[in-house]
Amino acid sequence: MEERLKIVIVGHVDHGKSTLIGRLLYDTDSLPESKLKEIKEFCEALGKDVEFGYVLDHLEEERKQGVTIDTTQTFFKTKKREYVIIDAPGHVEFLKNMITGASHAEAAILIVDAEEGVKEQTKRHAYILGMLGLKQVIVVINKMDLVDYKKERFEEVKKEIIEFLKSLNIEPKYIIPISAKEGDFIAKKTEKLNWFDGPTVLEALDGFSKSDELDKKPLRFPVQDVYNFDKRIIAGRIASGIITEGDEIIVFPSKEVTKVKSIEEYNKILKEASAGKSIGIITEDKVFVDRGDVITKKGEPAPIVTDTIKGHVFWMDPTPFKEGERVLFKCATQEVMCDIEVKRVIDSSNLEVLSEDATTIENRQVADVIIKTEKPIVVENFNDIPSLGRFVLQREDTCAGGIITGFGE
Amino acid sequence: MDKLDALESESIYIIREAYRKFHKLGMLWSIGKDSTTLLWLVKKAFFGKVPFPVIYIDTGLHFKEMYEFRDMCVKKWGLNLIISKNYEEAEGLGIGPSDKLKCCAIRKTDALKKTIADYKFDALLLGIRRDEHGVRAKERFFSPRNKDFYWDYKNQPPELWDQYKTQKESEQHIRVHPLLQWTEVDIWEYIKREKLPVNPLYFAKNGKRYRSLGCKPCTSPVDSNASNIDEIIEEIKKSKITERSGRAQDKEEAHAMQKLRALGYM
Repeated sequence: MEERLKIVIVGHVDHGKSTLIGRLLYDTDSLPESKLKEIKEFCEALGKDVEFGYVLDHLEEERKQGVTIDTTQTFFKTKKREYVIIDAPGHVEFLKNMITGASHAEAAILIVDAEEGVKEQTKRHAYILGMLGLKQVIVVINKMDLVDYKKERFEEVKKEIIEFLKSLNIEPKYIIPISAKEGDFIAKKTEKLNWFDGPTVLEALDGFSKSDELDKKPLRFPVQDVYNFDKRIIAGRIASGIITEGDEIIVFPSKEVTKVKSIEEYNKILKEASAGKSIGIITEDKVFVDRGDVITKKGEPAPIVTDTIKGHVFWMDPTPFKEGERVLFKCATQEVMCDIEVKRVIDSSNLEVLSEDATTIENRQVADVIIKTEKPIVVENFNDIPSLGRFVLQREDTCAGGIITGFGE
Repeated sequence: MDKLDALESESIYIIREAYRKFHKLGMLWSIGKDSTTLLWLVKKAFFGKVPFPVIYIDTGLHFKEMYEFRDMCVKKWGLNLIISKNYEEAEGLGIGPSDKLKCCAIRKTDALKKTIADYKFDALLLGIRRDEHGVRAKERFFSPRNKDFYWDYKNQPPELWDQYKTQKESEQHIRVHPLLQWTEVDIWEYIKREKLPVNPLYFAKNGKRYRSLGCKPCTSPVDSNASNIDEIIEEIKKSKITERSGRAQDKEEAHAMQKLRALGYM
């Protein structure tokens, strides 16, 4: 079975994200000839050495300024599987793009400059990885060529980053010394780093797994829409668990009970369907069901129904939040207006507590909040069923992303 | 979950979100392999129905095989087809493929602007993919455009997890891209699995085939002996030449695609 893993590469601006991506593509033979030629010509015109960082910088402005503006995607392949790299910009101005990229990743590489060590965006990005619940993380200490491949310097930076990550509850699987520019320990082990007995970046990535555990959790089927084309079909994508023809199901929050008459696909009837699949179901009885309801299975643990949750939010809108403003709360297919009470506010660049009882949240600040929704919502612990344990807050556009940390007052 | 199953389910989720959230939804169908795959996914999302119009932009310069393929699918799938065109104006002004940027802008972009205004579409499904072109890699699944089609790629709204921009501001329309995560190989593998119809232009004849379809004067075939889908998949997997290498508008000048897209090109 072919497999594709989505990874994100994050870290401080200029610590070498784009160069690492260029190197990964080059070393896995994934660069089109025309692209390679274009980069060579471009670098020659500038009188520079060939710089793999230019692989990703497609926009005119990016090349002029040397910063990656947005999240882009590229693909490469190892013997084990295919990878999609979501490049996330390091520049603070583009933080919401970085979060967008990281929210779609299954694993992450945090890159740190061997000379500079941990910087502002290293902290902020690491914090975001922790908040998004990314567990599969490797750290690479880049630009080892600039510190003469010294083991001492690697150990110093390693110590600094481990201590910091520990405070965020992130335990990296590996910490690898590399030079993206020279190609050390990306695809191959090199003599210059012969004191390091860990894996290369590619070996470390191949050690990650696709998490398929969601199948083993209780059934959660958030209703996306109800169609009445020829038959009445309840449509949605299964968030967790397995649904089987004939199952006794309970619709939350109404708690109406019925049975699955059939599981529908175009021109096909399925016996069962599992987490991640978009399906339609027809029920035995005509129960009232609408978008935002969550269908569960009788006999399995019930979800939590509440109108008050504790949350941890990352604000990413230039217009600050002030208590009293009502915003839209979106979780899976549920959408409901809410009031927010702000508690602790943290500066995401240095993780210092700014206030224990704030009333506003500004751009790029992190806050602990209490959210009261207009109607009861169906939610879960983020670590159990992520898609029902995370939410966004919306004005005209999404203004914050968050994780549920508790239920009730 | 298998790679193609995962891609299919994600795309169907996005298509259903767009249908639920926008009052006046349409879909752009270029007759090519990607948007024909998208059309199939729409049918799957709605259990065989295509519950909104399908828009085809006729530049007046397409291959005869494309028109034939279009008419075959319209009949087979019972589509509500809108033909969007502005080539009479281009011809009146004498603008043709010798000025590629202008020709694309007037025959495609301006035609679509008119159609959006005429039918008051507030969102459009498009079959673009991130791996096709560097600039397309910057796209979101739900991407707002203003009335002049301007794409503010530096200041795009965040798109966390599967929460999309489904609220449009006045004067905007939203471009929805359900195939963003698919690659060229994924598309062909899926066409094979689902037994979708394929335009004969994609298969090699006399050592040449079209890898990407567009207007006749600006689309060249690539060297190839791939005469069936398996051979095409094999060829792309080995190839180090980009998919759109036969598309003239991409390389007219540095960053031409970026300029075209900022002007509203697809």
